Amino acid sequence: MTANKTIITDFLVDQMQMPVDIAFWVEIVVVAAVYLGVFALLGLFLVWMERRAAAFFQQRLGPNRRGPAGLFQTIADALKLVSKEITGTEKRDKFLYTIAPYFVIVTALMALAVLPFSQELQAFDINLGVFFITSVSSVAVIGIFLAGWASNNKFSLLGGMRSGIQMISYELSIGMVIVAMTVLTGTLQLSEIISFQQEHGWSIWSGHIPAIIGFMIFMIAGTAESNRTPFDLVEAESELGSGYHSEYSGMNFAYYFLAEFVNMFIISAMVVILFFGGWLSPFGITDGIPYVGVFWFVFKTLGVVMLMMWFRWTFPRFRIDQLLTLEWKYLIPISMVNIVFMALVVWLGLTF
Amino acid sequence: MSYFGDIASATKTLISGMKITGRYFFVNFFTRKEIITVEYPDNIDTLKMFDRFRGEIVMYHDENNQHRCDACTMCEIACPNGSIEIIWDKAINEETGKPKKFLEEHIYHLEMCTMCGLCIEACPADAIMWGQNFHHATQDRSHLTKSLNQPGSSFIPGYKNPKK
Ligand code: SF4
Ligand code: SF4
Repeated sequence: MTANKTIITDFLVDQMQMPVDIAFWVEIVVVAAVYLGVFALLGLFLVWMERRAAAFFQQRLGPNRRGPAGLFQTIADALKLVSKEITGTEKRDKFLYTIAPYFVIVTALMALAVLPFSQELQAFDINLGVFFITSVSSVAVIGIFLAGWASNNKFSLLGGMRSGIQMISYELSIGMVIVAMTVLTGTLQLSEIISFQQEHGWSIWSGHIPAIIGFMIFMIAGTAESNRTPFDLVEAESELGSGYHSEYSGMNFAYYFLAEFVNMFIISAMVVILFFGGWLSPFGITDGIPYVGVFWFVFKTLGVVMLMMWFRWTFPRFRIDQLLTLEWKYLIPISMVNIVFMALVVWLGLTF
Repeated sequence: MSYFGDIASATKTLISGMKITGRYFFVNFFTRKEIITVEYPDNIDTLKMFDRFRGEIVMYHDENNQHRCDACTMCEIACPNGSIEIIWDKAINEETGKPKKFLEEHIYHLEMCTMCGLCIEACPADAIMWGQNFHHATQDRSHLTKSLNQPGSSFIPGYKNPKK
């Protein structure tokens, strides 16, 4: 967090008379704690949002008793999960079983760290930003796969295998869309991508047709990547109990549950960064004011999250062969052609 | 269908599905108009169950506290699990001078009833029907054994069953 780092370290060094080295470590701890808090609150908020939205999609009311509009319902649920006993199968692989949830949590946190919430608020502006997010979030599949394997339960194993198939295939088309968008913006650094869009307009506008095709592919593949209906074969209740996390209870289960929602947020944030200008305001109305970008970034991301919820509560679940047909016969060829198309558009200077 | 035709028709059908759920969402998000669930314990005063809701068996009584049951015991025979017991007696009918059955008590065991409705179908006189009350929870099992004819009620004099 280049800007924020100086704020915290300046404060510690100047006001608290702390040595620079210690201030550096204190700052790391503070930022990590903040991100952990953001992670937990974000997960809880998204679970609440999902329940309320699902209810409205299904002509129900949803949770509305605990707190205003039921906002504290998920906090109550989390407290319940914390207080529950942590159990597991008798013949599980104890080591793998215990560490599996942390793969999912840690990768979600790492991906969260590079997201630019506004021009000033970015923990880690790495020059391979987009690449970093995709590579880190592919590690999450190991957590799911290990959970399925280590539980020593055939349904969990099936869920884990399916997640392997699904996430690895759909990562391909996500990667290809990212390549196409990189051709347009010419950089992988998240802040640079946004400053490109500040000059040329949002990518979905400046990249027009190939960007729109890319956006559609990214939405489909992103939904699959976060294991949500219609792509929730990994935890298909009617087929596998609850798939890879059948044997997890209490907080271990909550980790998976929260990570799923935070992953959804990260995918939506990627969509917003790549296509809808990140923290940029529409038509630049508030671009000069610091920190207002946070509002726009979260607003747009929740809009995309809403779209994913809309998918979830409309479409029925795929069969596994349909899932693979969609990916290998449709999304991958289209996204490959889309790279060439985007390259042609950029080469001929047809962008806005 | 062709490759691109598939894509086009998939997009079209997905959008038509999303239109429906999207309409639900926006209508309910802004107005709560199309919500079909109710907030049950809160609306207990205004709650009106549907006419066809099967809550319990009740016996029809008119304003003079008279019912139509002539103790034929058809319902008792029809009930697959013996939830109904008819206690009857005979008395001399003043009009004809012949002895005639009359109902003493129509005992209904709610705790054994499966709400199958066979008794209501069997009753030739339409004397019993569905009641919509569903607040059946009690502290004691004996409260679930009910007497369907109200105390002091009598048979409608001269009532002729239209189906007979
Ligand atoms: S509804 Fe069925 S189970 Fe209940 S009393 Fe009538 S016949 Fe018996
Ligand atoms: S309720 Fe109907 S079927 Fe049962 S004894 Fe009375 S008249 Fe006969």
